[in-house]
Amino acid sequence: MTDLCEGGMEDLWSIAVVLLQVWFSVMIGFIMIPAMFGLSLGVTSVYIQILVKILEWATLRIERGHRERSTLPVPAPLPFGLIQREGGSMEQEMGELRRYRTQSISRGEFALSDSFYFYIKGLESIVDDQVTQRFSSEELVSWNLLTRTNHNFHYISLRLTIIWGLGVIIRYCVLFPLRITLAIIGLTWLVIGTTLVGFLPNNRLKNWLSELVHLMCYRICARGLSATIQYHNKENKPQKGGICVANHTSPIDIVILANDGCYAMVGQSHGGLMGVIQRSMVRSCPHVWFERSEMRDRNAVTSRLRAHVAAKTNLPILIFPEGTCINNTSVMMFKKGSFEIGGTIYPVAIKYDPRFGDAFWNSAKYNMVNYLLRMMTSWAIVVNVWYLPPMTRREGEDAAQFANRVKSAIAHQGGLLDMAWDGSLKRAKVKEEFKEQQQKMYSSMVMGKKAPANA
Amino acid sequence: MGSRASTLLREEEIEEIKKETGFSHSQITRLYSRFTSLDKGENGTLSREDFQRIPELAINPLGDRIINAFFPEGEDQVNFRGFMRTLAHFRPIEDNEKNKDPIASEPLNSRSNKLLFAFRLYDLDRDDKISRDELLQVLRMMVGVNISDEQLGSIADRTIQEADQNGDNSISFNEFIKVGNVYILYIDIDIDI
Repeated sequence: MTDLCEGGMEDLWSIAVVLLQVWFSVMIGFIMIPAMFGLSLGVTSVYIQILVKILEWATLRIERGHRERSTLPVPAPLPFGLIQREGGSMEQEMGELRRYRTQSISRGEFALSDSFYFYIKGLESIVDDQVTQRFSSEELVSWNLLTRTNHNFHYISLRLTIIWGLGVIIRYCVLFPLRITLAIIGLTWLVIGTTLVGFLPNNRLKNWLSELVHLMCYRICARGLSATIQYHNKENKPQKGGICVANHTSPIDIVILANDGCYAMVGQSHGGLMGVIQRSMVRSCPHVWFERSEMRDRNAVTSRLRAHVAAKTNLPILIFPEGTCINNTSVMMFKKGSFEIGGTIYPVAIKYDPRFGDAFWNSAKYNMVNYLLRMMTSWAIVVNVWYLPPMTRREGEDAAQFANRVKSAIAHQGGLLDMAWDGSLKRAKVKEEFKEQQQKMYSSMVMGKKAPANA
Repeated sequence: MGSRASTLLREEEIEEIKKETGFSHSQITRLYSRFTSLDKGENGTLSREDFQRIPELAINPLGDRIINAFFPEGEDQVNFRGFMRTLAHFRPIEDNEKNKDPIASEPLNSRSNKLLFAFRLYDLDRDDKISRDELLQVLRMMVGVNISDEQLGSIADRTIQEADQNGDNSISFNEFIKVGNVYILYIDIDIDI
């Protein structure tokens, strides 16, 4: 009896070993090596095409199901909000309100109905506001067969459910192990490779090897997410000694951008695994890692970055001026610190296709590990990256205005909403000054004076 | 594979809210998603802090008054029914409602209910009169520090003078109606569904 068991165990073991060997050779042969050299076997693009067909079919099926089921209209997401709003400024709208006044009340004085303007603005913002929605994932036009994006979609048909079930199996049992393995290999390679390169003396060979190592690792990681990246306007790619700014949606932005070029990363030095990666990266080429205490001193930060940029042989630094992750439907205020460094700014617009996976990192809801797991169990990541022509600060333009100009350019290219609100509103309260501004505007109307030009 | 939002809001509840407020089915589910997205504590009710988190509301000079309107006397939490009841005041008056059953109670968004709502935003102590002090309070909120006490006082006095008809130096609801009636349709929120 025991002999049989042992024999059985050995067989099982050898089968497992063979499977593992096959697994690894498939990985290395078909995925890693082409990835390292920037080639593609075209598997991912076929996969994406199949996915698109399935999702389109699912969309039609859901719409049909809705029509058959009830007379209720299909709830569609409203990109510009729930309510019809008047778009005017305070002056315009108050002016309309006051038009009805009788002659006996002199113009510019207070009337009881003036408060109605503020009431309605307040109530409109309760029903729907432009800011808080940016800190949660974008709603999809139609369900993309992922449970996590299921908001208002009901049971429609058996076939749809089967496809969804198949999708779950494929994503969790086939794609997920594959992606995890790739990610681990990629990161391990990064640490080992950069450490090895770090031993070389500083010369051109070292720089070239360092770039190669970085690129290979990021390409493997990108494969590890089934990322399909389309770069546009490559002639505007950031050059050495410049500053690259982009809109921020997730930590994966770094992988996306670094797939096509080498950047010097800027950030806080962490401990643990991140710390290991950071320290080894610095060995092969200069990145800028700050201690937590340094980050508070804005001047120190600016001067270090300035020194980095001034050395024209250093790689362009990569900065996300929003300071926090936004959900890729809008671009929020750019912090002017990055624009005070000087040098040429290379703006980049990143737009994710939400059908294949929600790339937004809601750091209030999910921590980093949770987020990466969700990324690895999505269908894929499909991104469009636009390199915009380089910009420099104009005469008489201050850092804040320059920042706004760059932000508008990025928003315009990426098809995102250009918003003046600060991304830090995700966590912090809004400043009192904005309320005071409103009060000032209204006061000047009441006193009959002319309101300031930029209302 | 059910929908997340409406499994938490039962059909019977939606029907009840529909009857009470006049919002349509899809408007109610939409507003429910809005309610849940504001409810950071995920306990089915909103507190004043939840409202304050909306930046556009936080910078509104009358923001606090508006938030107060959602909370019944002395309470600190508002549930979805209460939320909808308050919002119902601002539903646009539709033509087909004018011919409704005259015995039925007045809809929340009738003209006089809209005006009553606006009146109550001034009349904090609910004595059915807007006193000079109450008027001054609202004025002060709207102008901040930019107008002196004396000027504000004279504005308040003039406003009361013009609206007051029975000489009690305060504005009653009927006097308020005469001033506000023309503008009341302005306080409409057109929810786009």
